[in-house]
Amino acid sequence: MSAVIENHHEDHHHGPAKGLSRWLYTTNHKDIGTLYLWFSFAMFLIGGAMAMVIRAELFQPGMQIIEPEFYNQMITLHGLIMIFGGVMPAFVGLANWLVPMMIGAPDMALPRMNNLSFWILPFAFFILLSSLFMEGGAPNFGWTFYAPLSTTYAPPSVTFFIFSVHIMGASSIMGAINIVVTIMNMRAPGVGLMKMPLFVWSWLITAYLLIAVMPVLAGAVTMMLMDIHFGTSFFNAAGGGDPVLFQHIFWFFGHPEVYIMILPAFGIVSHIIETFSRKQLFGYASMVWAMLSIAILSFVVWAHHMFTVGLPLAAELFFMWATMLIAVPTGVKVFNWIATMFRGSITFETPMLFAIAFVVLFTMGGFSGLMLAITPADFQYHDTYFVVAHFHYVLVPGAIFSIMAAVYYWIPKWTGNMYDERLGKLHFWLSFIGVNVTFFPQHFIGLAGMPRRVPDYALQFADWNMVSSVGAFLFGLSQVFFLFIVIKTVMGGKKATDQVWEGARGLEWTVASPAPYHTFTTPPKID
Amino acid sequence: MTLKSLKNFPNKLFFIFILFTNSAKADWFALNMTRGVTDISNEVFELHMLIFWICVAIGVVVFSVMFYSMYAHTKKKNPVAATFHENTKIEIAWTIIPFLILIAMAIPASKTLVSIYDDEAGDVNIQVTGYQWKWQYRYLEDDISFFANPATDLDEIYNLVPKGENYLQEVDEMVLIPVGKKIRFLITANDVIHSWWMPAFAIKQDAIPGFVNTAWTIVDKPGIYRGKCTELCGKNHGFMPIVVKVVEQDEYDEWVGEKKEAAFKMAELTTKDWSVEELVSRGEDVYALNCVACHQTAGQGIPGIFPALAGSDIALNNKARHIEILMEGVQGAAMNSFDYLSEVELAAVITYTRQAWGNAESGDGEIVIPKDIVDYKKPKI
Repeated sequence: MSAVIENHHEDHHHGPAKGLSRWLYTTNHKDIGTLYLWFSFAMFLIGGAMAMVIRAELFQPGMQIIEPEFYNQMITLHGLIMIFGGVMPAFVGLANWLVPMMIGAPDMALPRMNNLSFWILPFAFFILLSSLFMEGGAPNFGWTFYAPLSTTYAPPSVTFFIFSVHIMGASSIMGAINIVVTIMNMRAPGVGLMKMPLFVWSWLITAYLLIAVMPVLAGAVTMMLMDIHFGTSFFNAAGGGDPVLFQHIFWFFGHPEVYIMILPAFGIVSHIIETFSRKQLFGYASMVWAMLSIAILSFVVWAHHMFTVGLPLAAELFFMWATMLIAVPTGVKVFNWIATMFRGSITFETPMLFAIAFVVLFTMGGFSGLMLAITPADFQYHDTYFVVAHFHYVLVPGAIFSIMAAVYYWIPKWTGNMYDERLGKLHFWLSFIGVNVTFFPQHFIGLAGMPRRVPDYALQFADWNMVSSVGAFLFGLSQVFFLFIVIKTVMGGKKATDQVWEGARGLEWTVASPAPYHTFTTPPKID
Repeated sequence: MTLKSLKNFPNKLFFIFILFTNSAKADWFALNMTRGVTDISNEVFELHMLIFWICVAIGVVVFSVMFYSMYAHTKKKNPVAATFHENTKIEIAWTIIPFLILIAMAIPASKTLVSIYDDEAGDVNIQVTGYQWKWQYRYLEDDISFFANPATDLDEIYNLVPKGENYLQEVDEMVLIPVGKKIRFLITANDVIHSWWMPAFAIKQDAIPGFVNTAWTIVDKPGIYRGKCTELCGKNHGFMPIVVKVVEQDEYDEWVGEKKEAAFKMAELTTKDWSVEELVSRGEDVYALNCVACHQTAGQGIPGIFPALAGSDIALNNKARHIEILMEGVQGAAMNSFDYLSEVELAAVITYTRQAWGNAESGDGEIVIPKDIVDYKKPKI
């Protein structure tokens, strides 16, 4: 294949097509990466707007703005859109842009499938969002869609929801296969597995997780479809089925899924801390092994989401111990990041600020995760705002901060322009304050006894809910500001050098800024 | 914002005023889990605090190193970075030490868990059944059965009147249990999955259709304890409180006697001669407790989800099918069987829906008396 490209190399050096067809027909990994990133940004803002509706309703006790039915639709769509539309496509976008450049490959291994896996996504979300306008309203059973609330008792739009989940799953599986094939086959000579940048490693592991669990999700929603339309009773107790079976299947997908949303973040943060500490990453090999062990453990801990469904004692003990074990490799990663900073030569540009906030706040989410693993205590925490605080700490200042850090870190390479450092830092501080004011008080109201997924609450939770809502509005507004910063950088700004950051290492910094449409058409030389 | 809520805007401003002047009721100090009132809940609280302080200690150590290096190892103070990038000894240490800490956590956690698991029968055994959106309690030894319906007024929820002290935490009938006795709860559900949570007893068990989960408690302190449903169960999930009253044994015995007597009187009512007005008036109350959440106050339902009763052909002209739907439910739809209601309640609510909203005028106007339900329940030949 590479021989064919080389033959035409000199006389056939083409740039991007013009107009809309460039984006519709593109097979270029950079274009597709850009599409993924803009798409996820749009979804992030839509899902964020839904969060604003939720927090506005929860600003005070009593029903003010929306009705309980619509509230349930909002929490469901907020979760689905942020996970499947916001975080996952953003990481796939970063992988598209960066993996080929980091391993010295000219493009992704399967460029046409790459185009397909992106372009089916907008349809999936169009279908999902259109359910808001259907009779009976959008899905209203939470993003975990437990049966039988999501089958016998679901609004008619559930069928569209199932179809849209199938499309999202197909997109993820194709994206994941593409990444595995690219990494396994297209590394430049000399880039051995244990020489790959950590972001590439993190995505290799993530892609395997995706291939393993997305079909399980597809199976779960297909069984729902059968129950709803074809008279089966997989999850219907009245027909001899088992509602708990749904939860086992869902969380067998769901737990690896949460690591799908955090492993690429580990890769990103490792690169950024290394660059701005101007010191080689501490413990590269142990970082790789830690990610592998986290990925393997993720398959044997799913029932910790189900401690209250009435599992036998032996199962509760096993899943408690297995879950606690995850703290060991996760701890190793945090220690390695800190050891990388230790006796480094640190500067605090915007990506580094986000990366440091990631380490601190993700670790706090890890602590509350450890508390949730303790089964007897989980009987009190389960399905309260303590859980909401926990997973938002690992997802917002975890996954999403890492994506923002990545955008600031690599946008000079993508656009050739430096972002405005003053605005970037302002965005960081607004987000940092906003995220903590929003989610820290949720630990309190959860411990004090407020269940999650409720549109209204008892009076003793009023004060901290109001604080949380104020924080959420601040955080929401600062992301509109982020959009402004990104557009401003795309439009122009101080020209970036090829190296961009003094301490940056890796093949992507050896090409020009902005990165040419085609890079590494001949493999780079690695010593 | 719906039209209805716009109309109420002045009331809302009034409410906001009340909220701010009355904020002593809200609680800035509701920051932590409460100890609860049972041995188990105390153990769980201790465990929670133990893990919390271990996490705080680890956090202080780890973040101090990090903040120190952010302070001391900046480019300004340390222009040339060190070059070390691995250290086998320290890497082994920070793998093994956390592992030992985890074992120290797992031992007390496992012990508590084992003591929570106990399937023996209790002195009092209560079957708890979750319905959309209320709880039913059946005392298995005494053959007492009743529903605990949410009791917070809609006007409070929609901010038309000030909220009471127990806003969203009050029911029309509390579950009574005797002090110092072992109570076992057998928890299940009739429609979707619910979860029965009583924080003061550290009990949270999912109520799952087709399964019976168990939980037990011994409470030594009389009092009223409040909890909530903690599994998303549809529209009114946020409005499904649980209230347990723990009383001395003699007060409990007295209550059991009263409940049995009331059940007997209810059975007598079945044979009484009923007038249409009596049935309609009783039926209106039954409707407000059991049907209004889905079929709405004017019987209009919610288009696309819950069918309208006003003007429905079954409510107008098909008495037999009307009875059948309430007794059997509708397969594959949210409508469940209501055969757990008494014959009087069923007859009254069917009559009410056949008479109200102009249904009597547009349809055959036939009423249903308790005997019709009794006949329906007789085995068919």
